[in-house]
Amino acid sequence: MSFTESRPDEVSEAPRALGVPLAELVGITKSFGALRANDSIDLAVAPGEVHALLGENGAGKSTLTRILFGLSQPDSGEILIDGRLTRIASPADARAAGIGMVTQEFSLVGTMTVTENLMLAGVGLGRISRAAARSRVLEAAARLGVTIDADAVVETLSVGERQRVEIVKALFHNCRLLILDEPTAVLVPQDVEILFDSIRRLRADGLGVIFISHKLHEVVAIADRVSILRRGRIVASLPAAGLSPRRIAALMVGAEAIIPDLAEPTEASSDPALDALSTSIGLASSDLPDAATDAPARSSGPVPAPAQTAPAQPAPAQPALRMSKLTLAGPARALLDEVSLTVRSGEIVGIAGVSGNGQTELVNVLCGVTATTSGTVHVGDADITERTVTERLAAGLGRLTEDRRGSVALSLSVAQNLVLEDLNRFRRGPFLDRRRIRAHVADLIERFDIRADPNDPIRSLSGGNMQKVLLARAIDRKPRALVASQPTRGLDVGSCEYVYSQLRALKRAGTGVLLISEDLDELLGLADRIVVIFSGRLIGEVPAHTASRQELGLLMTGHVANPVPPDERAGVTA
Amino acid sequence: MKILLRARDSRWLAPAAVVGAVLLTLLLTAGPIRLAGANPLAAYERYLVTPLMSLTGLGDVLLASTPLIFTGLAVAIAFRVGYFNIGAEGQFLVGTVAATLPALYLSELPGLIALPLALGCGALGGAAWAFLPAWLKRHARIDEVVTTLLLNPVALLLVQGLLNGPWRNSETGFPDSDRFDAGYTLPALVDGSRVHWGLVIALLLVLAVGIVLAFTPLGLRLKAAGQSPDAARFSGIPVATLKWRCALASGAIAGLGGASQVLGVQHQLTASVSNGYGYTGVVVATLGALAAGGVLLVALLLGDIAVGAQNASIVLHVPTQMGTIVSSTLLLTVVAFLAARRYRLVLRRRPPRTQAPRPRAPQPQAPRPRSTQPRGPASTLGQER
Repeated sequence: MSFTESRPDEVSEAPRALGVPLAELVGITKSFGALRANDSIDLAVAPGEVHALLGENGAGKSTLTRILFGLSQPDSGEILIDGRLTRIASPADARAAGIGMVTQEFSLVGTMTVTENLMLAGVGLGRISRAAARSRVLEAAARLGVTIDADAVVETLSVGERQRVEIVKALFHNCRLLILDEPTAVLVPQDVEILFDSIRRLRADGLGVIFISHKLHEVVAIADRVSILRRGRIVASLPAAGLSPRRIAALMVGAEAIIPDLAEPTEASSDPALDALSTSIGLASSDLPDAATDAPARSSGPVPAPAQTAPAQPAPAQPALRMSKLTLAGPARALLDEVSLTVRSGEIVGIAGVSGNGQTELVNVLCGVTATTSGTVHVGDADITERTVTERLAAGLGRLTEDRRGSVALSLSVAQNLVLEDLNRFRRGPFLDRRRIRAHVADLIERFDIRADPNDPIRSLSGGNMQKVLLARAIDRKPRALVASQPTRGLDVGSCEYVYSQLRALKRAGTGVLLISEDLDELLGLADRIVVIFSGRLIGEVPAHTASRQELGLLMTGHVANPVPPDERAGVTA
Repeated sequence: MKILLRARDSRWLAPAAVVGAVLLTLLLTAGPIRLAGANPLAAYERYLVTPLMSLTGLGDVLLASTPLIFTGLAVAIAFRVGYFNIGAEGQFLVGTVAATLPALYLSELPGLIALPLALGCGALGGAAWAFLPAWLKRHARIDEVVTTLLLNPVALLLVQGLLNGPWRNSETGFPDSDRFDAGYTLPALVDGSRVHWGLVIALLLVLAVGIVLAFTPLGLRLKAAGQSPDAARFSGIPVATLKWRCALASGAIAGLGGASQVLGVQHQLTASVSNGYGYTGVVVATLGALAAGGVLLVALLLGDIAVGAQNASIVLHVPTQMGTIVSSTLLLTVVAFLAARRYRLVLRRRPPRTQAPRPRAPQPQAPRPRSTQPRGPASTLGQER
C-alpha cells in the first residue's frame, strides 16, 4: 500500500448512507478446551459509533477483538463488513477490510522516528517518499486534533504520545473501524482527555470505534453504546445515554445473574473421585462452591463450616504479614501507592481488583522479585523489606504466584522442584541426601495428592498438579504468612476446590493468608475481609460477610460511591 | 500434519538420537570422502577403529584427548549455568603463558614445588582471562559471548608477542620459548609413552565435576539457574553469583588445561600450543550434553578421529581436514537430532484434545477415528499422561 492511495473517508461514505452496520459479528463462538471464551456473540458497530465492550477479566473481550482483527479464528460464526460476509484470516485481511487495532503493547521501533515507523507500516511496492509520509503523519495528527513531532525518535516520546502514533499508524490503512484495547490503562489523566478528544473527532469523521475498558466513568463519558460481556456471552447491549455506573457494575459482575454459577457445584459433586478427595480432607465437596455462590445473597448469614470459627474470634490475632506504605515507582505513575495492610494470623484477607491495578507488582514486592521504592514489609516481627528470597522463606513467608510456570524450574523434575527451595535441609555432608529427598517427596506427593511420578519433568504436569506441587512446597514449610495470587487461575473445578480446602486448612493452622484474586466468588467464599486495589492504591475495605458484588464491582472500577466508614477501614491507608 | 512439543523425554530416545546422528554423519560424509578418492568404509575404519587397535595408537588418542577434556569441562560448567563462555581458547592460551612464567624465571625449582606452582599459575591465568568478561557481564550486562570470543585472538597475540619479544628462544632465535628444565616436566604415565600425568588431572576433574553436578545441592542449583533462571531466582538461587563463579572456574579449568599441555607435551611455549582446543571444547561440551561423563566420552571420540585422520591421510591420501569434516558433521547432526527428539509428528490437522465437547460433533471426526491415534512406536513415546 503506498502513501497516497488510501483515504479513509472516501470509502466510508457508502455504508453510512445505507445505514448498514460497519461491522457485524454474528454468532461468534470460540472455545479453548472446555472453556467457552465466546458463546454465540452478536455485535454490531455502526459508522460514527463508539461501542464500549465491558467485562471482567476472562469475560471474552480480548478473544472477541482478536477474532475481529484476524489474530484467531472463531469455531463458528460470521463476520460481516458493510453487510458483506467477510473472511478475516489474518491481520492483513482485517486491515484490508478497514479494521485497525491498537493494543496495550505498542508495535513501534523505538530507535526510529515517528515518520520512519509509519513508513515501515506502509511499506509496499514502489519507492517510499519520506516527505509524503511525513505530511501524512501531520495530516493524521491534525485529524486527531493532536500535535505529533514527526521527526521525534519514538523512544523519547511519552506513553501517551506513543499511543497517538499507534493510532495514526492504524489510521494509515484506510481504517474505518478502530479497536482500542484498554487504551486508557497506560495513560495519565491528561492523556486520557486528549485521547477522548481524538476519539470524538474520529467519530465525527464517521469511524466506528470499539472501546474496551474497565473504567465505568470513562465508558459513560465516551461511549454511544455499551455491550457487557460475562462468561463469554453478551449479557446486555444498551445505549450509553442514561446508564449509571452502578447499573453497569452490577451487570459486569453478574450480581443479577447468579444462576449460571450454580452449574459448577453440581458438576463438582457429581464426580465421585472428587467427592472422595474432598472427604479425605474433611470437607463436603459441596461446601465451597455453595459458599461462593451464596455469598452475594447472604447478608450476614453463616459462613461455611470450616471458616465458621474465624469471624467469632474475639481478640485480634498477631499480625502475620504487615505492609506499611509500600510504594513502587513506575515510569508514568506509581505502580503501588502507599499500600498499607495487615494480615493477621488465622485470617484470610482478599485483595480484589481488575487486573493491572498493581496486584502483580504487590506480589512481586512481597515475594522478593522486585525491590520496593519505599515502605516496609514485615512477616511476624521480622522486617523482610531488604531480605533475599531465601531469608524471606526462612522468616516464614509462603508464596503462590499467579505465574505458575515461572515459579517452577520447568526443566527439572517434580522431585527436584519440590526440594529446590530447601536444599540445605536435605544434605548429608556436602552431598544431597537422596534417600531423605525421596522419602520427603513421596510424602508430599501422597499428602497433596500430586498425580505424577517424582521423576516426571514438571513441565508435563497439568496446571492443577503443578499448583499442587507449589502448594506442597509452600505449605510444608508451615508458613507464618502466605501470599496466594490467583491460586486457581486456569484450574478445573476439582483442583480449585482442593486449593480452597488447603487455604482454609492453613487459616485454621494460624497462617495469615493474603489472597489476591480477580474471581469475586473466590474472594467472597474464602476471605474474612476484602480490600480493593485500584490504580496501585487500596481504595476500600469490606468485611466479606457483608460484601455485595455491586459494592465490590464499583470499588474495583474506581468508584468510591459508598465510602466505607473510617472505623471499618482498620489497616488500610488509601 | 502437525509438529508438537513432546511433554517428556523417553528414556531411550536420546541414545537413539545419537545413533541416528552417527548413521546420518556416515551417510553425509561418504560423498566428500569418495570425492577425495577413498573408499568411505575404509576411511571410517581408519578414523574410528585403527587408532584403537595398537598401544601406540591408543596412547596417541589419549594424548590428543587430554586438552579436549579440560576445555570441554570448562565450557560445560559455564554452559550449565547459562554463561556462554566461548573463550576457553584464550583462557587455555593464557594458562600456557602463566605456566611458562615460573618455568622461565624460577627454572631451578625441583619438580615437587615447580609442578604445582606452574599448574596453579596456569589455572590462575585462565581465571584471570575469564575475569574481565565475567565482570562486564555481571556489572554492565555485556554479552559474554562477544567478549569471551573476542579475547581469544587477543590471547593469541599475547603469546605471539611474548615469543617474538622477551621470550624468544635464546639458542635458536626462533619464536619459541626456551625449553623448560626437568623440574617443569609433567612425567609420563608409562615409560616410553607420551601420555602424561595431565590426563590423570583431567580424569580427576571429570570425576569431581561429575560428582558436584549430580550429587550436590550446588549441582541442582546450577542446573536450575542455567535452565530456568527466572524460576531459580524466584526460588532464591543467586543466579548472577553462580554465573560469576562458574565463569571463573571455567577459565581456571581451561587455563589448567593449557598448563598441562605446555608442561606435559610441548615442554616449551610455542605459538601453536593450542591447535584450537578451546573452540573444540565447545563442541565437546555440547555433544557431551554438558555432563562430565559425556565430555569425557566425546573428548575421547574426537581424539580418536583426530589421530585416525592423521593415519588416513598417510595411508589413504585423504586430506587431514577430512577428520574435521567428519567431526563437524557429527556435531551438526547430533545437535539437529537432539533438538528434533523434543518434537513429535501428529498426522492430523488439529490435536484431538484441544477440541471442545460440542453438542453437534463436526463431520470429519466420525469417519476417521484412527487418524487421531498416534502411529507407530515413535509417536506413542511423546504421549502426555
